[in-house]
Amino acid sequence: MVRGPSFRLRTTASARRSHSVPTMPAPHPAGQTAIQRHRHREQRRLWMLLTYVGLSLASLVLDVATGPSLLSPGEVVRSLFGWEGRSAMTDAIVWDLRLPMALMALVVGAALGAGGAQMQLLLANPMASPYTLGMAAAAGFGAAATLAFGGFGLPVLVAVPLGAFVFSMLAAGFLLALASLRRRGGDTIILGGIALLFLFQSLVSLIQFMSAPELSQQILFWLFGSLTKATWLTLSITAGVTTLCCGLLFRLSWRLAALAMGELRAASLGVNVRALRVEVLAIVAIMTATATSFVGVIGFIGLIAPHIARMAVGEDQRFHLPASMAAGALMLSAASVLSKTIVPGSLFPIGIVTALVGVPFLLWLIFRRPGLS
Amino acid sequence: MIALEQVEVRRGTACIIQDLTLSLTPGLVHVVIGPNGTGKTTLIRALFGDLPISRGGIRIGDQALRPNSRLGRGQAWRSHFAYMPQDTHLDIALTALEVVVVGRLGRLGLHIDDETLELATQRLDAAGVLHLADRDIGTLSGGQRQMVLFAQVMMREPRVMLLDEPVSALDLRHQIRLLDLVRLETRKRDLATVVVLHDLNLACQYADRLIVMRPGASAIMGAPTDLISAALIADTYGASVEILRDGRGNPVIQPIGSLGGDPPPVPPALFSPGA
Repeated sequence: MVRGPSFRLRTTASARRSHSVPTMPAPHPAGQTAIQRHRHREQRRLWMLLTYVGLSLASLVLDVATGPSLLSPGEVVRSLFGWEGRSAMTDAIVWDLRLPMALMALVVGAALGAGGAQMQLLLANPMASPYTLGMAAAAGFGAAATLAFGGFGLPVLVAVPLGAFVFSMLAAGFLLALASLRRRGGDTIILGGIALLFLFQSLVSLIQFMSAPELSQQILFWLFGSLTKATWLTLSITAGVTTLCCGLLFRLSWRLAALAMGELRAASLGVNVRALRVEVLAIVAIMTATATSFVGVIGFIGLIAPHIARMAVGEDQRFHLPASMAAGALMLSAASVLSKTIVPGSLFPIGIVTALVGVPFLLWLIFRRPGLS
Repeated sequence: MIALEQVEVRRGTACIIQDLTLSLTPGLVHVVIGPNGTGKTTLIRALFGDLPISRGGIRIGDQALRPNSRLGRGQAWRSHFAYMPQDTHLDIALTALEVVVVGRLGRLGLHIDDETLELATQRLDAAGVLHLADRDIGTLSGGQRQMVLFAQVMMREPRVMLLDEPVSALDLRHQIRLLDLVRLETRKRDLATVVVLHDLNLACQYADRLIVMRPGASAIMGAPTDLISAALIADTYGASVEILRDGRGNPVIQPIGSLGGDPPPVPPALFSPGA
């Protein structure tokens, strides 16, 4: 198996083994043009990526600014950078109340976007995401069961994320087992994921059906997804896990691009398909389970962010993965702003906002699919 | 020299390839023909190590693939091969140039260096599709895509080239272009090339060695001029043919009808001489 992108120069011995690899050929004019165009394309993609990142940061400022007491973006920026002319009150609102939530939106959005992008590549299916493969539903069941059983003796704030994480990983374990079977393709994993989705959704309904109304309400709120419980601690755990996992995914991205060209073709280019599947599924599972366990079920980001990224930068993985993260971050951050402004003075559940905005967008994507890139 | 010794390959309970002994010579194009289900693709995938062999052995240099050995799944074995699978479906938003660059997987990092890009443009140029370098791979025709994919496998430095029905979806012009290119690269790089073809006449045109996979009998190999006879085709395909010769003495296979069962009825003559 080939390990990681290698930055070392080719040794002359291996370069010359085949005599058809010429020694620095005379520049071919048409070839040079193609290379120049490629370099331009790389630059354009970099700018698109930076635009997405810039928009996410702008959305972050707006996100911090909106809430029960409206701040001006100027005040927010002054407070964030510690500039002169800000009040202690503003500082308290920004740093203690809103910044952890707003940053959590960015981090979770990035995690879901990256997870969706890699799943879609891995399974060669544009509808794949941790949500559609039942991992979010499993997390929902874990949370619901923990709430129903009173946290198994642990404080609820710890027990619920833990329960969600454990069940999400159990679901992922099932998918991993499917992925490690010989002679089974991506379709098996997708069908297995859909089975999990239905199983856990009906189990959650069962728990809700059997619970007291107040408890059922609590479960419902968890299932909607919410950033309000974000603290600096949960934020740093999520950010740490996401950074680590995305770093690992980035290292595998060229191999995933090869896999998207078909299993046999990838194998012929030197990819150990089975090992790659297992590795990527495990990384994505840990990353999305962590995010989901702290903020609840947030659908659609993982499904749509990769498509938005693809429209801007294509599927050159060096740009597609970070662009998917930025697109996911932007979407969830914007959804957070919306959730606070749809009904002024109250908080609309963010999971509902992402779905409501996401569905028309998904339909639009479906109809423009033939002209990808 | 690649040697297959008494190779047997099973898929499930069915024995697809039985007692196959062949040697593949570098610099020559070996064309595999035979009816559906006689194990042409199985042979290619067994060579590549994707399907395990259940008896016999395959040797490349000092490496030998045996039943139950894990060698075939590893890079040490697979790096000998450039393999073009049958399926050319590509649903990925990359340009033709980028698709070719991915052929150098394992040497790709954060920055694609000029050397890799230059090599990729040379490969595209050799395949005659450099002008398509900037096009999205999804917008190319089947023939153009196949040429780009050939450029992609040529980014590797293989000893053996395996092509599974590379021209079955192509028009005549692209068929000839691709097979000419295959022959050229085979000679130039001294590759042992194995191509599965369905078209017997193309097979006779491009094969240095013809490998005929026969149902219920072991495969035979030889030069097309020596090997092809009406009896062999009748035996292998159950079809009645006439063997003609082209200007260079290569066999041309002209189907007449199917064997066994009644011959197709001859339509009554509308006009007969002297009537």
